Amino acid sequence: MKAFTVSKAVTALMLAGLVLLPLYSQASGNIFILTLFTRIVILALAAASLNLIMGFGGMMSFGHAAYLGIGGYAVGMLAQEGVGSGFIQFPVALAASATYALVIGALSLRTRGVYFIMITLAFAQMAYYVASGLARYGGDDGLTVYKRSDFSGLINLSNRTQFYYLCLACLFGVVFLIWRIANSRFGLVLQGLRSNEQRMQAIGFPSKRYQLVCFVISGMMCGLAGALLANNTDFVSPAVMYWTRSGDLMVMVILGGMGTLFGPVIGAVVYLLLEEFLSQLTEYWALIMGPLLLLIVLFGRGGIMGLLGRLNRG
Amino acid sequence: MLLVVEQFLNGLQFGLLLFLLAAGLTLVFGIMDLVNLAHGSLYMMGAYFAATFAAWTGSFLLGALLALGATLVLGIVLEMSALRHLYGRDHLDHVLATFGLILFFNEAVRLIWGPAGLALPLPVWLTVPVPILPGIHYPAYRLAIIAVALLVALLLYLGVMRTRIGMLIRAGASNREMIGALGINIKLLYTLVFGLGAALAGLAGLMQAPILTVQIGMGENILILAFVIIVIGGIGSIRGAFLAAILVGMIDTLGRAFLPNLLRQVLSGAAASTAAPALSSMLIYLLMAIVLVVRPEGLFPANRR
Repeated sequence: MKAFTVSKAVTALMLAGLVLLPLYSQASGNIFILTLFTRIVILALAAASLNLIMGFGGMMSFGHAAYLGIGGYAVGMLAQEGVGSGFIQFPVALAASATYALVIGALSLRTRGVYFIMITLAFAQMAYYVASGLARYGGDDGLTVYKRSDFSGLINLSNRTQFYYLCLACLFGVVFLIWRIANSRFGLVLQGLRSNEQRMQAIGFPSKRYQLVCFVISGMMCGLAGALLANNTDFVSPAVMYWTRSGDLMVMVILGGMGTLFGPVIGAVVYLLLEEFLSQLTEYWALIMGPLLLLIVLFGRGGIMGLLGRLNRG
Repeated sequence: MLLVVEQFLNGLQFGLLLFLLAAGLTLVFGIMDLVNLAHGSLYMMGAYFAATFAAWTGSFLLGALLALGATLVLGIVLEMSALRHLYGRDHLDHVLATFGLILFFNEAVRLIWGPAGLALPLPVWLTVPVPILPGIHYPAYRLAIIAVALLVALLLYLGVMRTRIGMLIRAGASNREMIGALGINIKLLYTLVFGLGAALAGLAGLMQAPILTVQIGMGENILILAFVIIVIGGIGSIRGAFLAAILVGMIDTLGRAFLPNLLRQVLSGAAASTAAPALSSMLIYLLMAIVLVVRPEGLFPANRR
């Protein structure tokens, strides 16, 4: 293993940039960039959580946006009912995501391959329709979160810089956790299952149990992202669970490099910045984005991380 | 009684429409092993083409025919330019690439036709109610959809079961490599099947167009339904797609029509009226979840190895 590689350098640069961004924002007076990057960091967190099951666990979930909604609705609904404390809201968001992941994971893991993609999609659509039917909490129109989660003076989420650093800390925490998981015995079993499930079963590993635990952990991580996202936009609606959102998350993971530690983070940054850049360039940004995705799939195996790895060798 | 018959026919009509969409999807999936999310975009293009051509020619039927041809050509072009390179890749690659195509098509439609929806007006002779039973009338257009879809289903069945191309298609569905090894021009067959699937999707879109408005993103919800159908029916199986489509069409339509009343007898009025729409939207996903849990290969899996 080389001490210096291009991908390591790019990753370090990007992380430094993310850490120093509020300083730049303050110095230049550009508040918009901080708001934009708060969103990017939160969605990078969601993409990283998806990478845990897709990249390391080999489970292609097409319903990951459901957790964004569940985490968000946990915050929004509690706030609506007068429970403003983040010490209650965030644990509830995590618990709700975990419960949902446990149930749909237990059912979905009976299938594999494209059936798994489809059943996770179907469950996310169900969650979407349930949220649309919640008349008390805004139904289709969504729910405005009038007050951000209150951490009783510990941290103020309405302060842009503090909120940004909270999101960034969560992202780093989750990536660290994924790193520890991937290199633990548990993570090695998962990666073994990804390459050859039958063989792992033959050695005596209860494959479904390992995969289910991984699925739940990933769901909780994404639920955290959902809770942060609701605080960021002060709003949560069924639209965050729509299947195109799940598609966006998948694109971020693949674009950055599935199964790499920082790939999804890079993928989220690049994808969302590209979206932002193209939408400023032209109203019809998707006209460029769509074919670009096609080209990335056709020619960019291993995503950006794979590309950087090849640069290094070449 | 009137309502029951009417809703039953509505369910049948919706189910048959879904079958047209699902048939193309399951053929493409079964034979090329390609997950084509952009199938819904072809459905949308069919509707837009029909609205445009009908306005140009001033005739609904002529517009529909031209639109059918246009989606066929579009499908073939799409296959030859982009999707052909995806065969043999991971399903995940298919999902991403065709997701990109959805973005592209939605945006292209916005650019060409504008963000507002279009309407496809029906000719007068299709708007009259037709008596089907003594005292029961049903819109002629919906009856026409049922007739056309049944005819297409029959032709598809005969084509797949009785012709040489159909034989190749079935052979391709059960073992791709083998028919390639036997010297069949598999590239041409794939292009043909994709074009056929595109035309079926376009047909579904243009027939649905006068009932709903023609708008951007109209293919996305119905695409998910079509996926649910082929998963329930068993991937690659046309018979399975047919039965599952009717089942899903019926459950969806009848659920929406009768579930609110049923719930009202169990729950209080307010609770029932909030729960019913969500529950009836969920019903088919629930059905799919149950089918996948009990029979992970679908109800009528195509014969495979």
